[in-house]
Parts: sequence; C-alpha cells; structure tokens
Amino acid sequence: MQNDMIGPRGPKPRSIFRLSNLVVYGTITILALYYLAPLYVMVVTSLKSMSEVRIGNVFALPVNLTFDPWFKAWSSACTGLKCEGLMGGFLNSVIITVPSVIVSIAIASVNGYALANWPYRGANIFFTILIFGAFVPYQLMLYPIVIILRELGVFGDLAGLVIVHSIFGMPILTLIFRNYFSSLPAELFKAARIDGAGFWGIFFKVMLPMSLPILVVAIILQVTGIWNDFLFGIVYTRPESYPMTVQLNNIVNSTYGEKEYNVNMAATIITGLVPLTIYFISGKLFVRGIAAGAVKG
Amino acid sequence: MLMESVSIKNLDLNFGSVEVLKNLNLDVHQGEFIVLLGSSGCGKSTLLNCIAGLLDVSDGQIFINGNNVTWQEPSERGIGMVFQSYALYPQMTVEGNLSFGLRNAGVAKAEIQKKVARAAEILQIEALLKRKPSELSGGQRQRVAIGRALVRDVDVFLFDEPLSNLDAKLRTDLRVEIKRLHQQLKNTMIYVTHDQIEAMTLADRIAIMREGKIMQLASPAEIYGRPVNKYVADFIGSPAMNFLEGCVEKGAFHFAGGVLPLDQYNFSEGMDGDRDAWIGIRPEHVLVAETLAKADLTVSVRADIVEPMGADTLLWCEFGGQSFRIRLDGQFEIKEGDMIDIGFTSNAISLFDKSSEMRL
Repeated sequence: MQNDMIGPRGPKPRSIFRLSNLVVYGTITILALYYLAPLYVMVVTSLKSMSEVRIGNVFALPVNLTFDPWFKAWSSACTGLKCEGLMGGFLNSVIITVPSVIVSIAIASVNGYALANWPYRGANIFFTILIFGAFVPYQLMLYPIVIILRELGVFGDLAGLVIVHSIFGMPILTLIFRNYFSSLPAELFKAARIDGAGFWGIFFKVMLPMSLPILVVAIILQVTGIWNDFLFGIVYTRPESYPMTVQLNNIVNSTYGEKEYNVNMAATIITGLVPLTIYFISGKLFVRGIAAGAVKG
Repeated sequence: MLMESVSIKNLDLNFGSVEVLKNLNLDVHQGEFIVLLGSSGCGKSTLLNCIAGLLDVSDGQIFINGNNVTWQEPSERGIGMVFQSYALYPQMTVEGNLSFGLRNAGVAKAEIQKKVARAAEILQIEALLKRKPSELSGGQRQRVAIGRALVRDVDVFLFDEPLSNLDAKLRTDLRVEIKRLHQQLKNTMIYVTHDQIEAMTLADRIAIMREGKIMQLASPAEIYGRPVNKYVADFIGSPAMNFLEGCVEKGAFHFAGGVLPLDQYNFSEGMDGDRDAWIGIRPEHVLVAETLAKADLTVSVRADIVEPMGADTLLWCEFGGQSFRIRLDGQFEIKEGDMIDIGFTSNAISLFDKSSEMRL
C-alpha cells in the first residue's frame, strides 16, 4: 500500500510559459499596442510645443512639458474667422446630446416594450418597417429632412437637431429594447397583469426596474453616436450652434499659416473625452447589457 | 341550482390555423380541486391561460361564479395564478411582491398590511418579508408566489405546473402543503401538471386532456379503475398497464395467454357484444401466491428480469407473446429464471374495443 503515497497527486502542475499562453498573451499584447499607439502619439504631441513637434519624432516624450496647446484648443483656437476654441461647441454638443438621448430612449423603450409584450395588430409590419429604417443610408434622407425641418420652423435650431437625432436613434434602440424585454420571462408579465397592473404600471413598476443593463447600453450607444455625429451637425445647424465635432473639423482644417499639430491633437482628445469617460464608467454594465440583449434575444 | 365556480362552454382557441382547444366544456364545482393532466402540447396550460384571461379565446364562453368573464381583464376575474417559474418581481421585497396586486387595486395601507400579514402567517413566510426573491430558496419562492394569490382573496386559484422546478423531496413537501392549503381555504383550485402522482394525490377530479380535448373527467379512483379509453388507461399508472390483443366471445376473453371468463367484468352499457378487443391488466393487479385462489385464469411464466425497487419488485416476463410487467411485493422472493404462477380475475381488468379503443 506504500505505492499509494508516491507518484502524482492533486492538480497537475502547469507552466505559465506554455506555448498556448505565449500565443494568447503575445497576440493580446501586440493588438493592444497596435491600438494604443495612435493615442500615445496624440497625447505626447499635445504636450509638446510647436518647436518640438517640428523635429518630427512623433514617438518621443516631450522635453519641455507644456499644457498650452490644451488651453488654446479649449478657448482660443481659430475656427474660420472666430478664435474662441472648442468651448462653445462643447456647450452646443451638451445641449444637443442630453435631450436627444433622453427623448430617444424614453420613446424607444416604450416602443420595445409594446412590441415585446403587447402584440397589437400590425405590430410585426411596424417593426419590420422600423428596422428597415436602420439600413437606409442617412445621405438619402438629408434633403427631405431639411424640407421637413423648414416646414416645422426649426431648421438651423438645436431643437431641430434634437428631433433628427431622436428619430434616427429609433430603429436600433427599439430593436435592442424589444429584444431585451422579450428575453425577460413572459410569466412575469402575466403575473403583473393578474395583479392588476396596466400598460404603464407594468412598464414603470416591473419592466423598467429590471432594465438597468439595457438602459446603460442604450445610453452609451446614443451618447457616443450623437456626440460623434458630424453629418447632421453640419447640415442642420448654423455656425453659432455647431456641435463640437464640426468645430473640431474647422480647427483642424484651418490652413492659416502653420498647422498646429499640438493644438489639433489636444482638441481631438478633448472632443473624444466624453464618450471615453462614458465607456470607462460603465464598461462592465455595457458588456453585461449587450450579452443580456443578444444571447437571449 | 348550485352555481358552478368555473364553467367553460364550447371553448375554441386557435393559434393561426392550429386548433389548440376544440369545443371544450368543463364545469368546476365550488371548492373543488381540479387537475388538468396531459402530456406536453395537449392544451392544458393553454386552457388555464384562457381561464386566467391571459389568452383571448377564439369562440365560446367562460363563467366564473356565474359571471361571464370571457372579455374581462385577468385582474377583474377573481383569480390568482401561480407559475412554474414563480414569476416574482425581482426588484421588490417579498412584502412588495405580496402587496403589489392590492396596491394596484388601491386598497388602503392598513388593510394591505393586515392581508399580507395573514397570508404570510398561513404560508409561514413571516420571517422572509423584508427579503428579495433572489435571497430565497426555490420552495420559499413558490410559497411567496402562492401568497401573492392568497392576499387578493380570489375565488379561484390557478396553478400552472407549480412544482416542476423543484427537486423531488421539496416537491413532495409542497404538494402536501398545497393540499393542506386547499382544505384550509376551501377555494376552487385548478391545477395543471404532467405528473400523474400530483394529479392522483391532489385532485377531487382529474381532467385528462389530449389534443385540445378532455378525454375523461372523473375522480382519481374512477380514472385509475375504469379508464374511459386505452389512451387514459396507458397514461395513468406507473409502471404502465399491460395490453394484450384478443376477442370477446360468449362471455369470455380469448387471447394468446388463455381464456378469461368475464363473469365479474362490469361492462359499460351496450358494450357486451362479441368483438375484437384489447385487455388491459395493471402490473399490480396480477395475482400471485395465496391470492391465486381468487383467479379466473392461472398460468405459469418464467421470470426474465427482476427489478427490486424497495417497497415493490417489478418482474418482467414473457406472456401472451409479448413482454409483460408484474408488480410484486418487495418481500416476494424470486430470481431471474424462476417459474412463477400468475393469475387474473375479470373484476380487475379493463377491456377496450379493438378499433375505437373505447372501454367496453
């Protein structure tokens, strides 16, 4: 019986330098570097003075650290004739994004809930048409929308842009809300009906409290989508209400004298900060929500 | 005339071109425990959903306590429902779950508290009132689900396979509790299941369903003892009934296993003519040893396979040209290859017409 005590026992020892580990982590590291490199270049360039930028060594760390390009990008960079930086555009973007996100999510969540739980006559046709809308190129609709906004008397106003963003968010948002609500147990909905809750009662008291993951997904999609929008921003607004993306374009494309790469980089990072922050805050919830909507949809 | 608790008249339900329920009629007496039993897809859950008002019927009427509720909302029908998946509202506490229906109905706060406290006491979940459903075990969740129907003082309880998600031990415990609850509350209860043990133990009457129709509606003893057709006979009883082919001729059943006189067989009205037929013999109704004295027909068979199951022993043998099951007492001593004398008596068998499969 001595034999029982010698020889292998317990978990088999595994080397961390196995070939499979090297391949997996090697690939991950290379991909991460590949994606991080441009960001790195942007950050270091934005912290250099123009004399350093001119040397052309884009990967070098700044010798004399300076934050001037950031201040300039924010408050005094020139967009065409005016030299007021991105500040005004930032405000415009906030004024456009916040109501657009709220309105589109409010409507789409009710749409998705009705489609998933209250199958009315023609619901499928309505849904098909709505989804079709997601595949129509935006360019096709640019001019008709100009006419519609003009007739409504909101062309060029931020209100007009909010309407446009809310409508264009509808197909994809309705789809993800519908799929999410369909994935919730049907018996829960039945139980609430027996308990006497109506359309809105079930929505607010039973469905919405269970919707945090999908709400986060919707918020991220909308905030990043609307914040990053350029096309609608430039077509449907006047210069004084240009969103940040349009102003960024104007700063970067102003070819008056020398190109200020450091200011351009700083301006670009500032513009991208809002979506980035949203991702960092809610990344985990985002992944969970995507999984919840997609897998069980 | 006494008012029926639930009365279903000529109910049809179609999903598109699929007929799920066909001209279905069912009367449930006040305080009765009815079990809808059938294999999956027979329409039993669909029928329950129609009674609850969660599905719109295609034709026919539903009455609860004499009121035509065919077009009424689920919450207006005086029913409470317990689901297989419990369907508790995850973000509400147990208390919130119990009181949700009352709050929707606008009941006063003090009244709600009183009713919740009473339901919690009956179901012994007072200690859990402040917890969330995720912090409860399966059995506790199902109790809360029952409580949700209880607080609303409903006339009719509907159960949709409430025990199917629980493990075997818990299922037995909760089954007894549901029975006790019924004795205590004396409400009408309609209970859907595919488990014949649940059906036999709980029901005052069982409705056996198949393809959207009720095949037989009768007490458990009647269903077990006098199944109305071969399908019901085969469905009820475990291990299942043995069926052998033969013919009824001059007051006796002739088949490959011998001739069984039918002196004690209780024929249904007008069904005693000569014809081809099936004989159905329950494994537990085969006579052995000292009970052989009562047999109308005795034969000798060889034990092929012996399956001891503790209280019982299941014996497989070759009889009448096919495999045949016999249920013996667990104490009965027998091993594979032994010869054994078995007997049949005509008062413990069922006969079914060969072609229509209806009881003779």
